[in-house]
Amino acid sequence: MIINGREAPVPTDARVSLLDFLREHLELYGTKKGCNQGACGACTVLVDGERVLSCLALAVQYEGREVTTIEGLATDGALHPLQQAFIDHDGFQCGYCTPGQICSAVGMVQELRRGVPSYVTEDLATAAGFDHDELRERMSGNLCRCGAYNGIVDAITDVYAEQGT
Amino acid sequence: MIELTYSRAADVDDAVRRAADGQGRYLGGGTNLVDLMRETVETPSALVDVTGLSREIAPTAGGGLMIGAAARNTAVAEHEAVRSGYPMLARAIVAGASAQIRNMATVGGNLLQRTRCTYFYDTDGSRCNKREPGSGCDAIEGFNRSHAILGASPACVATHPSDMCVALAALDAVVHLRSASGERTIDLCDLHTLPEDRPDIETVLKAGDLITAVELPAPHAAERSTYRKVRDRASYAFALVSVAAAIELDGGTVVGARLALGGVAPKPWRARRAEEALRGQPATESTFLKAADAELADARPLAGNAFKVELARRTLAAVLQQLTEGDRP
Repeated sequence: MIINGREAPVPTDARVSLLDFLREHLELYGTKKGCNQGACGACTVLVDGERVLSCLALAVQYEGREVTTIEGLATDGALHPLQQAFIDHDGFQCGYCTPGQICSAVGMVQELRRGVPSYVTEDLATAAGFDHDELRERMSGNLCRCGAYNGIVDAITDVYAEQGT
Repeated sequence: MIELTYSRAADVDDAVRRAADGQGRYLGGGTNLVDLMRETVETPSALVDVTGLSREIAPTAGGGLMIGAAARNTAVAEHEAVRSGYPMLARAIVAGASAQIRNMATVGGNLLQRTRCTYFYDTDGSRCNKREPGSGCDAIEGFNRSHAILGASPACVATHPSDMCVALAALDAVVHLRSASGERTIDLCDLHTLPEDRPDIETVLKAGDLITAVELPAPHAAERSTYRKVRDRASYAFALVSVAAAIELDGGTVVGARLALGGVAPKPWRARRAEEALRGQPATESTFLKAADAELADARPLAGNAFKVELARRTLAAVLQQLTEGDRP
């Protein structure tokens, strides 16, 4: 498995989740354990560019795949534009859900660009636009107990909206 | 989670061989099984990973679509042929779970996911006939707001959680299976069983049976169809009631309809009584409500979920109203 560009052998114990592998074996503590049952999105990481829940993933299933965590988004010490935007728009209070929110948003934008429909997409024949309702629906798998949703929406919009997705 | 072995199936034959001793469980995206293993509701000693098997989505000779069982939910929902020919399926899939889970979950796994009844999950504190046959059911007298109003039994009132399966039931999908004794097919509507006195048995599958594909018959060009889900919050919640509906009109008269309900029964509920009540009738709200009443005549609500009867009735009628907008007499 390649994690943030570095190779790591998958665990020998098949029970180890990708989340525990990242945190407990590789000491990458950016990815957070919220519910550990697929209900909160705090553990969201990117696998080959697609957002997944690392708590419901067995690490062994991801042998040979490329995993990107929040630690892998910054380049040469400079924050990813979305990280900066979350700061600028108060996209968090306690920050616990933030790594998952940011990884999720990065994956979400790729889905939108690819034309993946959502539950609020009116016309299935055309790709959805980058509007408020689409964004909230597509980010609904990431809960924020502080209720920073408005800031999160603003941050994502700030970085991606003018690119027309 | 108890100790277990893990292996990756190279192909269908290999998968079936690895699970032949009856100890192995097929593993898809893991979005349900991993959680159940962590809660010790499921305790397999061997996992056979089948996510490397066919995820192809390809047209069939009959004008339909064959979807490999390892296709991810997102891949099905975004596929051009699904969006144009089977819009209710695309909408049902994106109504379910979250985007992260849809990126992981396979079609085969979606069919075999288990109920989210909280008593089923509560290994420490609750009796559950599905988890432990004969132990009793704490949902019947308990918090049963989300439970079944159709098809349940005194042993179990849990609902089937899938959205995708509700659309597949309405679409007359066919499930392709493979076992050590060969290949066979079964209608999706016949895959899941009602609980009766054995709620631990949820499908007609035998140990070692592998779902290899789901086949959709050719789209009915004259039909309009959609999927609507009613839930406690606007997104990322299981259905209280959902409706998959396809209807064909001639003038203002209903030629035929294909309907299924979710969130109300132990299996994806094909609403054939409602379909029968619609046929040949004027496409009016009163016809739609009568059809819903016909389907719900046998509803047996519990203390906490009586609202579902009226909710299902109104949602079914509202979806049919929506689909026939502008063409009603």
